Amino acid sequence: MDNCIDLSLLDGVLDEYASVKGSLITILQHTQDIYGYLPKEAIERISERTGIATSEIMGVGTFYTQFRFEPVGKYLIMLCQGTACHVNSSELILQTIKDELHIEDGQTTEDGLFSLKCVACLGCCSLSPVMMVNEDTYGSLTPDKTKKILKELREAAV
Amino acid sequence: MRIVIGQGSCGIAAGAEKVRQALLKEKIDARVSITGCIGMCYLEPIVDIYDEDKLTRLVKVSESDAPAIAEYIRTGDREKIDNLVVTDEDSEFLSKQTRIALRNCGIINPEIIEEYIEKDGYTALKKALGMTPEEVIDIIKTSGLAGRGGAGFPTWFKWNAARNSEGEEKYLICNADEGDPGAFMDRAVIESDPHNLIEGMLIGAYAIGAKHAVVYVRAEYPLAIKRLKNALEQAREKGIIGKNIFGSDFSCDFMIKAGAGAFVCGEETALIESLEGHRGMPRLKPPFPAQSGFWRKPSNINNVETFANVAWIINNGGEAFAAMGTEGSKGTKVFAVTGKVKRSGLVEIPMGKTLRDVIFDIGGGMKTDKPFKAVQMGGPSGGCIPASLIDTVIDYKALGATGAIMGSGGMVVMDESTCMVGMAKFFLDFTAKESCGKCIHCRIGTKRMLEMLERITKGEGKEGDIELLEELCYAIKDGALCGLGQTAPNPVLTTIKYFRDEYEAHIKDKKCPAGECSDLIEYSINADKCKGCTLCARNCPVNAITGSVKQPHVIDTDKCIKCGKCYSVCRFDAVVKA
Repeated sequence: MDNCIDLSLLDGVLDEYASVKGSLITILQHTQDIYGYLPKEAIERISERTGIATSEIMGVGTFYTQFRFEPVGKYLIMLCQGTACHVNSSELILQTIKDELHIEDGQTTEDGLFSLKCVACLGCCSLSPVMMVNEDTYGSLTPDKTKKILKELREAAV
Repeated sequence: MRIVIGQGSCGIAAGAEKVRQALLKEKIDARVSITGCIGMCYLEPIVDIYDEDKLTRLVKVSESDAPAIAEYIRTGDREKIDNLVVTDEDSEFLSKQTRIALRNCGIINPEIIEEYIEKDGYTALKKALGMTPEEVIDIIKTSGLAGRGGAGFPTWFKWNAARNSEGEEKYLICNADEGDPGAFMDRAVIESDPHNLIEGMLIGAYAIGAKHAVVYVRAEYPLAIKRLKNALEQAREKGIIGKNIFGSDFSCDFMIKAGAGAFVCGEETALIESLEGHRGMPRLKPPFPAQSGFWRKPSNINNVETFANVAWIINNGGEAFAAMGTEGSKGTKVFAVTGKVKRSGLVEIPMGKTLRDVIFDIGGGMKTDKPFKAVQMGGPSGGCIPASLIDTVIDYKALGATGAIMGSGGMVVMDESTCMVGMAKFFLDFTAKESCGKCIHCRIGTKRMLEMLERITKGEGKEGDIELLEELCYAIKDGALCGLGQTAPNPVLTTIKYFRDEYEAHIKDKKCPAGECSDLIEYSINADKCKGCTLCARNCPVNAITGSVKQPHVIDTDKCIKCGKCYSVCRFDAVVKA
C-alpha cells in the first residue's frame, strides 16, 4: 500500500513550512490531513526537506497522541475517556464497541470500515458518554444506541 | 424578531445545526443567527427568540419543532411552543450566576466582530493604550486576578517579571491546551467570545512589551480554532491586530498553533517545547519563561480564562473585580459542572461561594436517586472532595486544604455508584499514559501505582498496599520536575484520605461497596421481587439466566459475565448487585 503514496502532495506544505523554524508539528499535522496517517515515505521526504533527522521526527510523532503511523478505517471512532464519561459508564460503551466490531483500542476491522481509538476528553461532558465518528459527535450513549449507530454506519458504507 | 441558536460544540453535537437548517426551511420573517455556548448544556439544543429585548428561550428543541416555532413567530400563538419554553427553575441556572469571563457567551454571534464591538468590545484595549504599561499592570495588581489554569499565581507578578526582563523580542502566549478531562470552559470562551480573548491578550502584550502573541490550542477543538482564526482575520481587517494598533506605537501580530494531544503540554515549559516543534517535555526552572521562554526570549503564559477577565477589569477598574471574592481569591471563577448532577453546564460565580452553592443551588443536586458522594476538582492534578466537606468555600487556599485544588474548573459530581478506588485508578491510568517520561519517579512511579490499583480493584489487594501507595505518592511528589508528576498522586491521596474504608473493603473483604468493580460483584435475582417476565433472560448475552414464565428466574454465576444487562433492563428491581 505504501508504494502508492503520492509524495508530490506534500510539496505545498513543505514549500510553506520547511524553512520556518519550529514547524515540525504543523508539517506532521498537514501530512496526516493529506494521507490520513504518517506514511514512512512522507517522513523521509520531510526529513530531506527540513534537515531534521527521521529519528527526531519519529520521536516527536510518537510523543503526541494525534499522530498515527498506519492507515485508519473509513470510520474513525474516537471514544471519549474523560472523567464525566467515566462516571457515566463509558466503559460499557467501550465493551459494546469491542464486542460488536471485534477490535481492541487502536485497531481497525478487517474490512477496513472501522478504527477504534480511545481519546482524552472531547469536551462535550454534559452529553456523556460521548463518541465522535469522523466529524460527527454522538452523545448520551447506551449500549443499544451504540449498536444502532454502528449498524447504520455499516449500512451506509455499502 | 430575531432567532438565535446556541452553537457551541455541545449544542451542535446535540443537534443545533439540524434545528437551524429546519428553521431556515420554514422561511420565517425573522433573522436566524447563531451564538456560542449559552452554558445550559443539559438543555441543548437551545433556541432564543428575541422580540425587541424580550427573550423567549426554548430548550431541548428538535428539528420536528421547527413548524411550531415558525407558527409561533407568524401568529404569536404561544400555545404551540409552550412545552419548549424554559422553566423558571431552569432559568435560575443562569440568573444565579455572575458572569464576567463568560459575559458575552451565548449572547453575541462569535463570528461577527461588530457584535462584540457593540458590547463595548475593544474599548478596554483603547483605554489601556492610553496608559503606561506600568499603569495597566497596576490595575491588574489591584484586581487580584490570579492564574485560572489551576495554580492561581498572581497575574500581575508574571506580567511584571516579563516586562522587566531585558530584550527587545518578547512573546505573550495563551495556554488553550485544556487537557483536564472533564473541563471545557476554555473551549467555550474561544468558541463563544473569541474577541474577548484577543482583547485580553493584546492588553497583556502591551503591558509586558510583546510584539508577538501566540495561542496554543488543542487540536481536538476544531470549532474553537475555526472561530478564533475567523476572529483574528476580522480584527486584522479593522487594524486591531498588526502595526500601530489604534494609531498608537504599539504593534502586535498573532499566531495560532494547534497542539497535538499531550496533557503535559499544559505545563508552561513543556508547552514552549511543543511550540518549538519538539516533544513536549518540561524544562528545568529557573530560568523561568519570563526570562527565557519561547525561542529563549522572555515570554509570559496565561490561561484562556485569565485573559477573558482582563478587558472587563480594565473597563471597570481593579477595585470592582477585587470587591468580589475572598481575602486571597478575587473575582469570579468558571466551572464546568458535569457528572451525576441534574443541571450540567458552565457556572461562573464569585469566589467565596461554597461547593454546595454550585452543585445543589445552581446545579440542582443529583440527577439520580442516589445520594451525593463526592466531587472531583482539578482533574488528574486534583482530588475528590467528600460530601462531608460540601460547605467548603471556593477559594484557592480552602480548596487546597482539602487535598484537592481549584484547578482549571472541572467539577465532576459523583454519587454512591462511583467507586473511589476506581476513580483513583482512572486518573492514574491517565497520568501514567501522559507522563512524558523525563523523570523516573513520574514515569515508573505512576505505572507501579496503577498496577497496584488494578490489583486492588480485581480483588487481589494485599495487606500493606495502602501504606505502600502512600509512600509512592510522596516519593513521586518529591522526585518529579513538573506539575504533572508533582500532582499526579493527588487523586490517590485524597481518595485514601476520605475513603480509606472503601480501599479496605476491596483489599480485606474483596468487596466493592459502590458495586462498580466487576470482578468484585455478583448478580443474583431476588425471588420475591421477580415476576418471571423473562426480560432478563431474553437480554442475557450468554444465556446465564433460566426460569419459566411467571416463575422467579435464576442466574448461573459460573456462566455470568457480569455485563449488567439484566440489572439495567429489570423493571421490578429484582436483579441484585452485591
